[in-house]
Amino acid sequence: MFDLERWQEIFDTIRKNKLRTFLTGLSVASGIFILVILLGFGQGMQNGIAKEFEQDAATSVWVWPGVTTIGYKGMNPGRPIQFRNENYDMAGVLFENQIENKSPRLFIRGVFINYGSESLAYNVQGVSHQFQFIENEFMTLGRFLSQQDVDSKAKVAIISNKINREVFHALESPIGEYLDLSGIPFKIVGVYGDIGGEREEDRIYIPVSTAQQVFNGADHLNNLSYTLPPVEDFETAVAQSIKFKNDLKSYLQKAHTVAPEDTSAIQVYNPMEEAKRFYALMGGIKFFFWFVGVCTIIAGIVGVSNIMLIVVKERTREIGIRKALGAKPWSIVGMILHEAIFITAIAGFTGLILSMGILEIVGPHVEVDYVLNPSVNFNVALTTVFVLIFAGAVAGFFPAWRAAKIHVIEALRDE
Amino acid sequence: MIQIKDLHKSYKMGKNSLHVLKGINFNVEEGELVAIMGSSGSGKSTLLNILGMLDELDEGTYTLDGVAIKNLNETKAAQYRNKFLGFIFQSFNLINYKSAAENVALPLYYQKVARKERQEKALKYLTQVGLKEWANHLPSELSGGQKQRVAIARAMAAEPKVLLADEPTGALDSTTSYEVMDLIQKINDQGNTILIVTHEPDIADMCKRIVHLKDGVIIEDKKIEQVRASKYV
Repeated sequence: MFDLERWQEIFDTIRKNKLRTFLTGLSVASGIFILVILLGFGQGMQNGIAKEFEQDAATSVWVWPGVTTIGYKGMNPGRPIQFRNENYDMAGVLFENQIENKSPRLFIRGVFINYGSESLAYNVQGVSHQFQFIENEFMTLGRFLSQQDVDSKAKVAIISNKINREVFHALESPIGEYLDLSGIPFKIVGVYGDIGGEREEDRIYIPVSTAQQVFNGADHLNNLSYTLPPVEDFETAVAQSIKFKNDLKSYLQKAHTVAPEDTSAIQVYNPMEEAKRFYALMGGIKFFFWFVGVCTIIAGIVGVSNIMLIVVKERTREIGIRKALGAKPWSIVGMILHEAIFITAIAGFTGLILSMGILEIVGPHVEVDYVLNPSVNFNVALTTVFVLIFAGAVAGFFPAWRAAKIHVIEALRDE
Repeated sequence: MIQIKDLHKSYKMGKNSLHVLKGINFNVEEGELVAIMGSSGSGKSTLLNILGMLDELDEGTYTLDGVAIKNLNETKAAQYRNKFLGFIFQSFNLINYKSAAENVALPLYYQKVARKERQEKALKYLTQVGLKEWANHLPSELSGGQKQRVAIARAMAAEPKVLLADEPTGALDSTTSYEVMDLIQKINDQGNTILIVTHEPDIADMCKRIVHLKDGVIIEDKKIEQVRASKYV
């Protein structure tokens, strides 16, 4: 391997057989290239899907009412369902052990929002103090709602970064300012941000109790939301969230006299379950990418061994001459293998660097749904190159060994 | 230099065994120029292959420069070939992607001579065969006679004990053949031992001794008055 003379001999051979070398190299480099790009996009899809589910807490469960579609116990179909405080309180008691955070939601419609002389167009929602964790909001200024705010029906509001920027840009901090909601002043106590980005930052949060009282909400609720306690593995998390979903649904169906098979009266969205479906799909896609990639590599190896076979055949006479001049069998094997490994290695790393370079440069700019920052684990890619080099060596060994066993007389026989 | 006693060689051809060499006894002294003659099938090429350690003998003994050549493994045979023997072939057998100088230097590579020294020696021997100006040319750019002279330079480069030539003029016209024989005679004049397999009588007459093979036995072994090839050049 460190025999300088042999390196020179190999470089001579390579220099004088450029096309052959190039073709061998191309099959190897393209194999690695395709594998890395495929793996990169597999990773990109995984990142993209993970991102889609990141907006809300992964273990969250969302419930909203609809309209019954099946007549049940003397009730007509087409009856709208209205959640009430007692549903929320009851569910909280019933499933206390299964729940980590819980919050009702009340969407306040027809409210006029004013700040000074400015009229603003945002949504106002009444929520509980735990909603921060369900919606995955982070605080940039001040605090979120507190239990006390909810209990005392405080007139406080939480605004978003976006609202802060759009409305309060002249101020150093909006904390302590008053928003006018349909004539009632609400004191701003916090500014939140949402991981999901700006489209999730159009909301102003006020305590749900205040919302019901001030905006004539009676004991109505639009929506119930929960998060479940985190567990170690994904499977348990999915099982847990499905169980909770079913339990909650059947309680609500009973409370509102809804047929158990009525799917539209009580609707539950469970990102975990969705995620499971996506992850299963992802797994399938990733496996497929690997499969295609590995097939490409195998094609590369077959290509290398094929070319090695041709090389040996083409060089039979040369090998015969070399043997007549005193080349030992192992020096023939060494020469051919050395060349094969050298070409495979150079080509493999070229393919690796090219493909990683493309992923590195293009990856961050990919803006397709469900594909985010395609990238590849460098170690995996490196291992693949070494596997290919090893396979190239094995593929090259047998033709080389056969070459070394060539009978000089036969090799030199005139055709 | 070469002692051969009671040499037998047969080839298995399916069920039949073909007895090619049937008891050859034959010595070559240092500095001799021997022609081995015979029609095709007489066993002359087989004899040369055994002398060149490219083939194994079945029976008898073969001693080269005091070393018994027997039961050699491939590695050992390669080593001896490299050290003791230089080959000259009918079809030249130059490596077509290497220049004349690189071809000449090749046996030295297998002797583990350093690159610089290899190049110097290659040039020295190319000068000796009158091809110094052609050192960087590929074999495809050389004429038949030039190719054979490169091959001779290559055979000489390893400074072997014996040069073995298998029909060295077989692929050349007569003028070129005489030029090559002239070169071989000059090399012989410097004291090198040379064996030539040929079926051309005029080439054989340019050697110092003719061994005639027929049906695997030596039927004639005579010293002759050498005809100098320089007369014809």
